[in-house]
Amino acid sequence: MSNKSGYILAVTLLLCFWQFGAMMAGPNVVATPLATLEKLLIESQSQRFWKHVEASSFRIFCALVISFVTAIPLGLYLGSSRRADRIAKPLIYLTYPVPKIVFLPLVLLIFGIGDLSKIMLLSLIMFFQLLITARDSARAVSKAAKYSLKSLGGNRWDLFVHVIWPSTLPSVFTALRIATGTVVAVLFFVESIGARYGIGFYILDAWGRADVPQIYAGITVLALMGVVLYETFDILERVYCRWNQL
Amino acid sequence: MKTSLIQNSSPELIRGTGLTKSYSTEQGLIRALGRVDIVIGGAQTIALVGPSGCGKSTLLLLLAGLEKPDSGKLLFKSTPLAQPPREIALVLQDYGLFPWKSVRSNIELGLKIRRETIDWSEIMELLNELDISDKLDAYPQQLSGGQKQRVALARALVLNPTLLLLDEPFAALDTLNRERLQELSEKLWRQRRFSMALVTHNIQEAVRLGQTILVMGGTPGRILSVIENHEACAPEYFGTPYFYEKCSQVRTQLESVA
Repeated sequence: MSNKSGYILAVTLLLCFWQFGAMMAGPNVVATPLATLEKLLIESQSQRFWKHVEASSFRIFCALVISFVTAIPLGLYLGSSRRADRIAKPLIYLTYPVPKIVFLPLVLLIFGIGDLSKIMLLSLIMFFQLLITARDSARAVSKAAKYSLKSLGGNRWDLFVHVIWPSTLPSVFTALRIATGTVVAVLFFVESIGARYGIGFYILDAWGRADVPQIYAGITVLALMGVVLYETFDILERVYCRWNQL
Repeated sequence: MKTSLIQNSSPELIRGTGLTKSYSTEQGLIRALGRVDIVIGGAQTIALVGPSGCGKSTLLLLLAGLEKPDSGKLLFKSTPLAQPPREIALVLQDYGLFPWKSVRSNIELGLKIRRETIDWSEIMELLNELDISDKLDAYPQQLSGGQKQRVALARALVLNPTLLLLDEPFAALDTLNRERLQELSEKLWRQRRFSMALVTHNIQEAVRLGQTILVMGGTPGRILSVIENHEACAPEYFGTPYFYEKCSQVRTQLESVA
C-alpha cells in the first residue's frame, strides 16, 4: 500500500469513528468532523490563528534543535566511552524517570514566563529520550566494525564519522519520532501557562468558552503538526539512511 | 611449549616474541595466547590452522596492531608496533564492510582516511580482476557473500599492503565460490607479491595458500608445529598428489592437537 492510500484509509477510518463518537456524545461534547472543518476554514482566514500555529511550531522546532545538538553528541560519546558512561550513568538513571513536567515551576523561575521556559522544558523532555537512544546505539556498534575502521588507518574521529554516526542514524530518527510525539502532547500543557499564543493556549481558550468546534480544530492542528514532523523525519531518513531502506 | 618460526626470506616485516594475550570476560579471565613467537616477511604466505578458540584470530589481531599483547615484544620493521601500520591490511571474517556505505565508498575509505590519492583507473583494473566493477553503486547488503568478499579484498588491496591479513576470509562461502576466491587470491599474490597471513579452518585452503602452515592448539593457544609447503600459491599445485599428501600431513597434525 502506498503512503498516499495509507493516509486516505487512515483518515477515512478516523473520520468514521469521530463522526460516530460525535453522534453518540452530542455536539456539546464532541464536534462533528464537518463542524470542525468549517471552524478550521474560518479560523485559517484570521491572522491570530496562524500566530498560534507559528508560536507552537517555533517552540517545537527550537526544542528539537536544542535537544538534538546536546543529546546526540553526548549520547554517542557516552556510548563509545565506557569510562564516561560509568560516570554519567547513575545521574541519567536517577533523572530520566522523573516526569520533567514537575520541573515546570523551576524552569519558569529560571527562564521566565516567555518562550524560553517553554522551549527549555520541551527540550528537557526530548533530551533524555534522544540521549539514551544515541548512547545505546553507539554501544551496539560491533567490535568488528571498529576493527575494520582501525585497520584502514582510522582514528577516533574517523570512527565517529564513518562508523558510529551513520550506524546510529536510523535509531536517532526513531528516537526523534518518539520524542516528537511526547513533545507535541506536552506542548498543550506548557502552553497553558503564561502563554498568549500557541495551539495549547488556543485549545484551552476554546475550552473556557465551551467552543467545542474550536477545541477540535486545535486538536486537528496538533495532529497535522505531528504528521508534518513525522513525514519530514521520514524524508530525511530516506535521504540519509538509504542503505537501511534496501 | 614454545615454538619459534623463523623465516629466512628477507626483508622481515613483523617479529613477535613471547606474545601472550588474555581477555577478561564475565566468566573470568580467558587466556587466548601463550608465548607465541612469529616472524613474517619476504612475500611469504602463512596459513594459521587449529581448532576453534586456539587463538588464531587473536594472533592476527595482534599482528594487525588492533590489539596489544599482554606481554612479549611485537616489532614491525624493527620498531615496536603501537598502532595499525599503513602497510598492513586486514580482511575480517564477516568482511568488515560498512552497510551504510556503497561499494565505491567502502573501497575508497581507507585511501580517504589516509589522505592518499584515489586513482580510480587503477582501482577499476583491480575491480575488473575481481569481477565487481559493475557493483560500485550497490550497497553491501545487495551483494552475495562472494561479491562481499571480493569487495573486502579490493578495499584491502587498494591500500597496496606489504602484509595482507585474512581472518577466515572464505568461511561463509559455498564450495565453488570458495575455490574461485582461493584461485583469485593465489593469482593476486603472484602478481603483487605481498606477504600474506591467513587464518582458516579449511585444510585444503591452508595447503593451497600457505607456504608455511602453522598448526596452533592448546589452552592458551600456541604454535605447536610448523609445516613447510613451498609449492603453495603456485599454479597447478592445487589438486596434485603432492597437494593431497600435504593435506593429510596437516590433518594428522590437527588430529594430534585435537
